[in-house]
Amino acid sequence: MIEFNLRKTLHTAEGDRPLSIKTQIETGSFLSLYGVSGSGKTSILRMLAGFLKPDDGYIKVNDSIWLDTSIKYDLPSQRRRIGFVFQNYALFPHMNVHENISFGLNKKDPPKIVTELLDLTGLANLSKRKVQTLSGGQQQRVALARAIARKPSLLLLDEPLSAIDDEMRIQLQEMLLTVHKHFALTTILVSHNAEEIIRLSDKVIHLENGRVHEPVSPATLFLKETGNHRLTGTVVSLAEEGNFTVMIENRLLLMRDASQSYKIREKIEIIFDKGTWITKQS
Amino acid sequence: MIELFPIWLTLKLALSTTVILLILAVPIAFWISDRKSVFSLIAEVIVSLPLVLPPTVIGFYLLIAFSPNYAFGSWLEKSFNLRLVFSFPGLLIGSIIYSLPFMVNPIKSALSSLPPSLREASYSLGKTKSQTLLKVLLPNITPSLLTGVILTFAHTIGEFGVIMMIGGNIPGKTRTASIAIYNEVETFNYQNANTYAAILMAISFIILLVLYSFNRKKEQIKYY
Repeated sequence: MIEFNLRKTLHTAEGDRPLSIKTQIETGSFLSLYGVSGSGKTSILRMLAGFLKPDDGYIKVNDSIWLDTSIKYDLPSQRRRIGFVFQNYALFPHMNVHENISFGLNKKDPPKIVTELLDLTGLANLSKRKVQTLSGGQQQRVALARAIARKPSLLLLDEPLSAIDDEMRIQLQEMLLTVHKHFALTTILVSHNAEEIIRLSDKVIHLENGRVHEPVSPATLFLKETGNHRLTGTVVSLAEEGNFTVMIENRLLLMRDASQSYKIREKIEIIFDKGTWITKQS
Repeated sequence: MIELFPIWLTLKLALSTTVILLILAVPIAFWISDRKSVFSLIAEVIVSLPLVLPPTVIGFYLLIAFSPNYAFGSWLEKSFNLRLVFSFPGLLIGSIIYSLPFMVNPIKSALSSLPPSLREASYSLGKTKSQTLLKVLLPNITPSLLTGVILTFAHTIGEFGVIMMIGGNIPGKTRTASIAIYNEVETFNYQNANTYAAILMAISFIILLVLYSFNRKKEQIKYY
């Protein structure tokens, strides 16, 4: 069980904004933090990692305390047993794939784990390659393998798939899920991609206008279950013969609803009910 | 015919200054680039002071500090039987202080320009600050380390004011090549001055050529 309560005033472009989050995560579960950029989701991740100091709060991981500001205790990142995957991967450019993955291991750690990770992430035949010569998807896999090599108590993923094209992203999501289950990891993912969160996580916390909502299942958040399923989106372009394009999260959907005529930038709801759907103004 | 001692002394001084400064400057630069405190700001200013002060000012204060007539110098002499003024160790300390910004600043800028996530990634993998510095950061800033080495070496070869103030002009002891040139010109011995100057120029040219060609190769490996 991982339990934390963190408070921090964020200095954003729109002025100071308080951020406060208190939650629990079951060991072995997959939690996502969802929200627009600037909502503080990366700050939460960085506080858990020990890269950012909260104003006050505590972090308890199983039986050990990582942070407790009331007794001025702050375990440095080095001793927190985390795995962190950065948005820009932060691979060590002067090392090859194998050296990157084994960098965090101690002398007494069995080197077998590196081979296992190379196989699991499909990097075995690239192990001697310099990381700069790899594609984005391959670098991403190295970053993930490196973060997992030490068997972290908490795996933190900061929008790890945001710079990767759709096809590769789905493959990597599969791999992320396999690795999460295989090593029985407790994982927190920061993402603004609803589809990704639905695919990967058990619970999601929505950060919205300075508010941190309770963790719910992704289906509850994104499909707003009320007997029928509905999606909300924005009309982004109008085409001939009553066709129009709706942006839902970051996906485009071409639709046709002769009964309605919408304007650009209008917010609409698409309601699925009994095998059919209707649209209406949101 | 010229004496070879000033050339030898100059090279010995430049090499010792460069080696000692490289060892000192890396932790100083890391500390300044890592912390954003008032102390590191003051340290940054002190490191850069020799850039703006005339060498005679630094030389003057060091002369006062090292002189056995004043507190620090007399304490050194009483406690360690060490007289820094008009000696090679005195010249060395003066050169180190005078060249400090030339070694620290390139390393500091290079460390600051590396993405912070590189440091954080290493910390998250359980590595201490010094392990991170040695195994992750320094290998990625070798061109800047080399720049610091080149600048310090070249700067020490050409040093005049600080050496004149601390070391004086003692033949066979503290007379470096740049002071020897001055001395020869003072006595209208232009032929000798020319020989010293030509040797200094040739040495500097060769050193820069070797180091820059090495740097160029390194950059190609890194980005090609």
